[in-house]
Amino acid sequence: MADAMNSVFHTKGITKVYTTGEVDVHALRGVDAELYAGEFTVLLGASGSGKSTLLNILGGLDHATAGQAWFRDKELTAMSERELTRYRRDHVGFVFQFYNLVPSLTARENVALVTEIARDPMKPEEALERVGLTHRLDHFPAEMSGGEQQRVAIARAIAKRPEVLLCDEPTGALDSKTGVQVLDALERINAEMGTSTIVITHNAGIRAMAHRVVHFADGGIAEVVTNDTRIAPAEIVW
Amino acid sequence: MRALDKKLVRDIRRLWAQALAIAAVLSVGVMIMVMAFGTQRSLTETRDTFYDRARFADVWSSAARAPKSLVGEIAAIPGVARVEARINQYAVLDLPDMADPAMAQILSIPGSGAPEMNALIVKEGRLPEFGRRDEVVVNEAFAIAHDYGPGDGFSVTLNGQKRDVRITGVVLSPEFIYTIGPGSIMPDDERFGILWMAEDVLAAAFGLSGAFNSVTLSVTRGTDLAPVRDELERLLKPYGGTGSYARDQQVSNAFLDGELEQLDVMARIVPPIFLVVSAFLVNMVLGRLIQLEREQIGLLKALGYSTGEIAAHYLKLSLGIGAIGVLIGWLMGLAASQAMASVYVEYFHFPYLVFVQRPSVYVISASAGLFAALIGAMMAVRRVVGLSPAVAMSPPAPTRFRRGLFDRLIRVLRPQQPTMMILRAIGRWPLRAALTSLGISISGAIIVAGLFMFDSFDELLDVAFVQANRQDAILEFAVERPEAVLDAVANLPGVMKAEGSLSIPVRLHHGHLTRTIGIEASRPGNDLVRVFDGDDRVEVSPEHGIVLAKRLAGHLDVGVGDILEVEFLQEGDRRYRVPVTGTVAQFFGLSAYMDLETASSILGHAPRLSLANVDIDQAEREALFAAVKASPAISGITYMSEVRKGFDETIAESAGITMTVYTFMAALIAIGVVYNSARIQLSERARELASLRILGFTRGEVSYILLGELFILTLVAIPIGLLMGYGMAAGMVLSFESDLYALPLIVTEKTYWRAAGVVAGATIVSALIVRRRIDRMDLVAVMKTRE
Repeated sequence: MADAMNSVFHTKGITKVYTTGEVDVHALRGVDAELYAGEFTVLLGASGSGKSTLLNILGGLDHATAGQAWFRDKELTAMSERELTRYRRDHVGFVFQFYNLVPSLTARENVALVTEIARDPMKPEEALERVGLTHRLDHFPAEMSGGEQQRVAIARAIAKRPEVLLCDEPTGALDSKTGVQVLDALERINAEMGTSTIVITHNAGIRAMAHRVVHFADGGIAEVVTNDTRIAPAEIVW
Repeated sequence: MRALDKKLVRDIRRLWAQALAIAAVLSVGVMIMVMAFGTQRSLTETRDTFYDRARFADVWSSAARAPKSLVGEIAAIPGVARVEARINQYAVLDLPDMADPAMAQILSIPGSGAPEMNALIVKEGRLPEFGRRDEVVVNEAFAIAHDYGPGDGFSVTLNGQKRDVRITGVVLSPEFIYTIGPGSIMPDDERFGILWMAEDVLAAAFGLSGAFNSVTLSVTRGTDLAPVRDELERLLKPYGGTGSYARDQQVSNAFLDGELEQLDVMARIVPPIFLVVSAFLVNMVLGRLIQLEREQIGLLKALGYSTGEIAAHYLKLSLGIGAIGVLIGWLMGLAASQAMASVYVEYFHFPYLVFVQRPSVYVISASAGLFAALIGAMMAVRRVVGLSPAVAMSPPAPTRFRRGLFDRLIRVLRPQQPTMMILRAIGRWPLRAALTSLGISISGAIIVAGLFMFDSFDELLDVAFVQANRQDAILEFAVERPEAVLDAVANLPGVMKAEGSLSIPVRLHHGHLTRTIGIEASRPGNDLVRVFDGDDRVEVSPEHGIVLAKRLAGHLDVGVGDILEVEFLQEGDRRYRVPVTGTVAQFFGLSAYMDLETASSILGHAPRLSLANVDIDQAEREALFAAVKASPAISGITYMSEVRKGFDETIAESAGITMTVYTFMAALIAIGVVYNSARIQLSERARELASLRILGFTRGEVSYILLGELFILTLVAIPIGLLMGYGMAAGMVLSFESDLYALPLIVTEKTYWRAAGVVAGATIVSALIVRRRIDRMDLVAVMKTRE
């Protein structure tokens, strides 16, 4: 095992089987993984390779069928529903492909949704400022572009000052220009706040901005690559 | 405000039409609760206060002529608190403002100046002075009907002597909150009045000096009435006692009780129907909303909101809708109970209204309303909030349609694809379809249950006035007369036919069951007044048997062939064993019928009559009235066509309002259910319908797919609703049944058509509203949204 102090996530033999009708789908087949504090990690892999499933389990959104997963020294796979809720509330920020903003709440209110229940949140305005949306505070999701909506989602995710930021295809629904803005925001937060960031993507170009890249295939980790030099989001070939 | 609560407020605002449709249904339930309980409370309180202040009696009895010395003995019966002996007579009135004779019940005012029990509330003027032969006070309803006040006068025939009297005052009495003349079925304040005169004046007129023929008593709290009444009857028997009765058989009080009972039934039965429907609507609408917000729920979970917090959010939404309904219901209920109570105060003659609003009614109705909303929400919420966030955030799997039995059935019909879609949707969600249908059918049932009463009244009037009571008028004799009196009656001007009957107070015994009633004894050949068995056949009292009203037979638990023991109250303790030879359908009162000859021989005298039923030549009406007013022997006249007219008018008055109210309530439910179903269907199937439009289906065809299902469900719902309505009507007939009257259970085709029409109309209106939304559907936007 690597330096425990430095490890945020650690899994042992994580397996996930979905049963739909008469078919068992093995989404994860005994994954052992190690993710480090402060790192910007990219999970790469084809659709169905298991990366989203792993992210969901690490984020406390889903249960593993077998195996163990730890967040620091806490075993996620042993937590009750209540403890998982607590864990998500206190430690994890999520960013989804389809933003998942509440349509009936403005940008500020969508962020407030989190700051109201977090232990030591920043102000919604500050979080929105960090993603460059000071001018969009009182707009409803329907009044904003996709990139703006995703940045609201990022602001919402970081407002609680999470230790980990989990992003599932954050640029999947965006064009290259707005995608760069979103990646820029993620990169800045990782650098300025030291938030461990895990980004799932189809886009192989994004791997160049990560500290480490984990390749998934058929429900397992195929390869882990550490980047010696990282490039800025703006330089990514889309 | 918390962000989640802001979402709540905006959700309610966005869903306002659906929220309002639900709140409206809920509010009716709350309104009826507040109104019926409020009115009932106020009326009960008013009655109790009035009874208490006026020292309303507990027991009544009468005799032919009892000496005043008996009063002391009556007062000595254990438990008796107060006794008042008085004179009670009936008399014909000749009013200056009316050609028809009117009738009055006359009561004495004791020498002390005012009755000690059943105290009179003087509204105007003063009570008659002792010894003043020409002074009377009248009940307020009679005074109002004739616009009489102190100083006005009319003539009254007291024991055959016509005399002019002057009104000194107008009063209200706890004994006559509801005034109804003998033989009548509706109050007729023009033709029936209550008069009070000084006791010495009445005693002199009726030869009752030092005697009384009516007595009322009150007992100390907690006294068992049965032994008191037994002892009272024993004491009065030698003096022609005719049995006793308690408050439950005192006409005015019994009618009032009946009305309070109806309010109670209304408050207990109707609101739950509306609350259940609104719970169902909340469940339906919220269920759909939650489906649509599945991803948001997953997101909130991902953000760290607990299942409880999320569930609470949606429950709050339902509570918001519930609160709107409760608030509207409260306001409507308060206004309605105020209006109802003042109508009752007019209808029943109370001196004042004690309008009580119990906070508990509001608390209970609000709890019930919110509870209904919560229950509906809980069932909807439970399904989704339990999902793990990862599952919640992924869209639900496509609905699985199976090739089951129903599907095979559908395919046998070989419908076109749109119809196939409709039928498959019903087959796929049978429970939802069934509940929707049930909701619609409830609305039909409410109309049937609300309007059947008019059908029943029609039947009742037909039986009462066309088939059974075919006489034009009833003439009552001041004292029982030998049968030969019929010749004299027949000789009165305008009388074409006269038949007599004798009413005999009796007590019927069967095992431990007893009832005190009046037997009507008449000749078998009589034709003006007839009684019918259940199959519309005329039942004739046989020589040695007794015929009972069906309800009476029920009370005594006897059937045809059983033996009843009959105790003739004027005759002695002896009980005669008489076989029950028939039962008859009867809607007013509890009567029994015997052969006049048989009854008279038991009583040990030649046949006598207490009243004559007559057919009248209308052309000579005036002459007959003049003769009746002048005749000393006749103490009362009931003119049947007037009774019927009064009944018709009262029904016509309430029919319009009742129909509007029930139609409104039913339409609310139907629209609430249909509109919400259609909106939900639209939101669920928007993509599907938009695809069809893109494929080239017309708006009409697309609307057919969506609304066709609702039309089918409505078609199924209507007959079910009519059946449920019939069942509810049967329940209401049972619950309204009392000693005083019973309603026949009749629902006519017209009522069924009306109910079906309202339901179909409400469905069409709701469909049209939703149709406009289909027409305006933005195809591109719908296809772009992610489901």
